[in-house]
Amino acid sequence: MNFWADPIKIIYDWLMLTLTSWGLDGAVANIIADLLGIVLLITAAMVLDIMLVWVERKVVARFQGRLGPNRIGPFGLFQPFPDIIKLIIKEDITPNGADVVVYNIAPILSLGSVIFLWAVVPLASTIYGTDLNVALLYLVAAGALGTLSIIMAGWASNNKYALLGAFRQVAAMISFEIPMVVALLIPTIIAGSLSLKDITASQSGGMWFFLFSPLGAVLFLISAIAELGRSPFDLNEGESEIVSGYHIEYTGMKFGLFYAGELLHAFTFGGFAAVLFFGGWHGPWASQYPLLGAFYFIAKAMFGYWVIMWVKYTVPRIRIDHMLAFNWKFLTPVAFALLIITAVAHSLLKGAGFWPYFLGMFFSNVLLGWVTLEILRATTHKQRLAVETPNPVAHH
Amino acid sequence: MIPLSWYLFLSAALFSIGLFGVLVRRNAVAILLSVELMLNAVNINLVSFWRYGNTASMDGQVFAIIVFAVAAAEVAVGLSLIYSIYRRRNSVIADELDLMKW
Amino acid sequence: MDASQVIFILSAALIIASALMVVSTRNLIHAALWLIATLFGVAILYAVLEAGFLAVVQVVVYIGAIAIMFIFAVMLTRKEMRDQGPQVNSTWPLSAILSLLTFGGLFVILSKWDGLWKLPQAIPDGSQDTLTRLGVALTSPEAFVLPFEVASVLLLAALIGSVYVAMNKK
Repeated sequence: MNFWADPIKIIYDWLMLTLTSWGLDGAVANIIADLLGIVLLITAAMVLDIMLVWVERKVVARFQGRLGPNRIGPFGLFQPFPDIIKLIIKEDITPNGADVVVYNIAPILSLGSVIFLWAVVPLASTIYGTDLNVALLYLVAAGALGTLSIIMAGWASNNKYALLGAFRQVAAMISFEIPMVVALLIPTIIAGSLSLKDITASQSGGMWFFLFSPLGAVLFLISAIAELGRSPFDLNEGESEIVSGYHIEYTGMKFGLFYAGELLHAFTFGGFAAVLFFGGWHGPWASQYPLLGAFYFIAKAMFGYWVIMWVKYTVPRIRIDHMLAFNWKFLTPVAFALLIITAVAHSLLKGAGFWPYFLGMFFSNVLLGWVTLEILRATTHKQRLAVETPNPVAHH
Repeated sequence: MIPLSWYLFLSAALFSIGLFGVLVRRNAVAILLSVELMLNAVNINLVSFWRYGNTASMDGQVFAIIVFAVAAAEVAVGLSLIYSIYRRRNSVIADELDLMKW
Repeated sequence: MDASQVIFILSAALIIASALMVVSTRNLIHAALWLIATLFGVAILYAVLEAGFLAVVQVVVYIGAIAIMFIFAVMLTRKEMRDQGPQVNSTWPLSAILSLLTFGGLFVILSKWDGLWKLPQAIPDGSQDTLTRLGVALTSPEAFVLPFEVASVLLLAALIGSVYVAMNKK
């Protein structure tokens, strides 16, 4: 087989041949090849992260009607490098009375929990880290580690505002995990597997899952934005709100790790939206040429990331109690109703052929969306009446 | 290949350490932490007996999942009880919560 | 000494060391963080035992929820930010002897069992993998659907109960 059909296997075979010809034992060569693969994947993710700094700054500038970085390199492409140099040469301050070990581990764990996610992302039909059969739950588990790192950062900073911001951020993150897990169950039901490779494979031929369940895609997007801690749900780390929340006491490259982790996390969730709902690496000629599949995947993930940025720079911030009320009173009931409807539709229409299945799923989603909008309309109508009706003033 | 005895000795050791923690710690939250250690020891036992016994029936794993759920419920109720005691008596040291003794 | 034995020894060392730190460290937040290290070691053990679903659920439920609840509880139940006073009470020599006796007793009972040194058989590669069989076991009426539903009622009761107990009744 030539290189373009299966690049990873060709590279792996060549590596094993070279290492064993140097006299190494087969098992040791295997371990070294695996370690090199891990290093390669992490390096690719981190290089992507560097370019994401430029993407973020250009996109926010265009949304705000200005140009963005355009001095360093053509179109400002080399802007991330001065940013990184600035972060590295800053003074590394540890606040007085901080818990030094926990304070230093928190940013590493925060970035680490995002890198862990890249082990299960299927970049192409043959390019992926590993094929876990519980990959979607692994996604939630890595999110849990990220939550842990936030509370470690907030506590170890020895600062009231950091602790308060960390409490609120963690409360918001664990609350929004529930609609996210339910939104992750929708592609599981449709594909019949928790493995991301199987979910991508069952979207072949243009049957992308967001056609089957648009409400599921929207639900995943909203709960993913809340999980990321990005606007409009970033009350806990906005500079004008709580003085950057749990980021306050971090300077220099430690803050750089938090910042880079947040950008990469957003891009990874764009990637997961692409895998779960928009067909992953599928596209014209993608099954024969895995590298083309990887290119399609990165393009779709970039589109998902752009949607997340679009929401961030357009919608104003939501207060913490409104955020939690939004989750518990609106998002969780809608999520569970969607799960019940999807499960019932799937089990009723499973054997009925493609068109009844597709139309049944699509219209059950539309029905649920319409019912939700009607309930919302009635509730807001009642609230508006309660506010606008003039109170009868007691006349004598 | 790992013999079954390694897992059983590990879980016995973890259980004993948890038992020591429950008997010895003064802070009520720390006592609950040690109870978690004991529950994890039991779970290791269940899953290793599933693996080294009849893997066709999923009894061991189902039992372990029920233990997860029970542990979560117990921690939730226990911590809320400790919190409401703290609000009332302003202390969570187990030695000082002896209102019923003279 | 193959790879799975090396992984077992490393994770067992992590578990025992972290458990000893949980029961003996003075700073309670550190005790909660050492508990997280123990739980992570147990998750690695589940993965070695080829119960992958349980490994991931351990991280999500124990580390992602229970350990965070512990950290919140530790932060909410202290008068000041520093820990003071001894963290072990006065009966600790007797308790140490008792726990060593427990371990010794379990050791003796186990060594009298002749199935102790069993080696694992390969998991039979049936028509379904273990994840599917676990799902079927949890939801099939001939298997464990009733304990599963009762466990969810238990969780509901715990949820309502803990909210009620900790509520500020004004």
